[in-house]
Amino acid sequence: MARHVVATVDDIAPGQRKLVHVGGRDIGIFNVGGEFFAIANRCPHEGASLCRGRVVGLVESSEPGSYQLSRPGEMVRCPWHGWEFDLRTGKSFCDPRRTKVRAFDLKVEEGAALVEETLLRAETFPVSIERQYVVIEV
Amino acid sequence: MSTLELDRDRPAQGKLRVIDCDIHPAMNAWTEVHPYLAKKWIEHLTVFGSHLRHAFSEALTHPRMSPDAARVDAYPDEGGPPGSSLALMQSQHLNPNGVAFGILNPLRWNPGSQRNLDFGVALTQAMNTWQVERWVKNEPRLRASILIAQEDTEGSVAEIEARASDRNFTQILVLPRTDEPLGRRRYWPIFEAAARNNLPIAVHVGGTNGHPSTAGGWPSYYMEEHHAVAETMQSVVSSLVFEGVFERFPTLRVVIMEGGLGWIPSFNARMDKHWSRLRSEVPHLKRSPSEYVREHVWFTTQPMEEPGRASQLIDLFDRIGWDRLLFSTDYPHWDFDDPRHAFKAPLSEAQRAQLLYGNAQAFYGIG
Repeated sequence: MARHVVATVDDIAPGQRKLVHVGGRDIGIFNVGGEFFAIANRCPHEGASLCRGRVVGLVESSEPGSYQLSRPGEMVRCPWHGWEFDLRTGKSFCDPRRTKVRAFDLKVEEGAALVEETLLRAETFPVSIERQYVVIEV
Repeated sequence: MSTLELDRDRPAQGKLRVIDCDIHPAMNAWTEVHPYLAKKWIEHLTVFGSHLRHAFSEALTHPRMSPDAARVDAYPDEGGPPGSSLALMQSQHLNPNGVAFGILNPLRWNPGSQRNLDFGVALTQAMNTWQVERWVKNEPRLRASILIAQEDTEGSVAEIEARASDRNFTQILVLPRTDEPLGRRRYWPIFEAAARNNLPIAVHVGGTNGHPSTAGGWPSYYMEEHHAVAETMQSVVSSLVFEGVFERFPTLRVVIMEGGLGWIPSFNARMDKHWSRLRSEVPHLKRSPSEYVREHVWFTTQPMEEPGRASQLIDLFDRIGWDRLLFSTDYPHWDFDDPRHAFKAPLSEAQRAQLLYGNAQAFYGIG
């Protein structure tokens, strides 16, 4: 396991996502209203790129005829077959136990702290002390 | 039960070699067929437009989960609907998925469902030429399907005869919800022309042609309509069998496209059971219904069944017949099947090669 700096927080606007390649894996970094999440990019069903999917809320119903929309922007739908994955956990809504993608530990950290760290891997850009960075552990 | 995990690429498999029996090309606009339409039909199109037998002439009867029923990632950067860009089809599908041959099945504009029969025939002629000029000539891996306006048998037969010797075409495409059940005698001249020219009849889901989309009427949800392709195909197969089409045309081959697979064994068993008791109603049948299906009917694989247990999928293939399954992706539609992951069962290399390539090679005589 290693920690990887994969983006500055400004790289990914709220509602947007970025595909990164670290530790031999394609990982999607999603900004949900200022919170960042990281999940494996590859849909466990047939392998589509989840970063190409639409980010949606969670539609539920307490009874026929009622609709409740909650957790806006916290689910990503596979661009092919529409499987809904929870960006917080990587689990699918319909089959959370078996159909899930790996969710990675992610932290937003200050550049000032990161420049001191020796085991860190900044994949694509130098870290400067003034900015905030998205760091995942893979 | 195992957890589905495709986080990592699977270990390198043998090189993919695929015949994709179901690719949907699209036009950017009607104007793409103008060069192949007589002036009077261009004017007709401009003044009156396209009028299908179902309502909402240019729209699908149920809103799809995604527009154009398309993969979200299949929209060309340069604009236009999914399936309209050959470059994207090549880079996103044909090249990475090892497609050696791909068969085009144009669905939009439903020429066979046009109320104006003469316009429908003209449109099939134009769209057939369009397939060759726009697609096959620019991508030698692609093959066209002969579209026909099936409610005008005379026009249909003329178009079949006009294209039959052209190797760019592999089959005759019919949409399943015909005015009358497909096996009825009004359509026999089409089957005769197909058999005479050794061209398969491909029946691909598409539109409702004025019928309710389910046997129980109009459903509320797309999910219900999406499943109704299976019952539609059942009515196609039973009509062809019980009307005696395969007795009359013993070399006719039919491929049922995108109708699902799980229903086939139980449907065959039910037809056989009824036949054993009610045979005298259809004395022109010389054999059990399932024998006609086994001999005359092929099925494309997408949307692949996912029964949860791999052994059930293998059992299903055993019961349908491994040699009757033709691999298809449905590119660029949302329920696309990837050739690497479509079959959720352990297959031998020989089985995989048969499903992905060999069966279609033998069926269409290509490759």
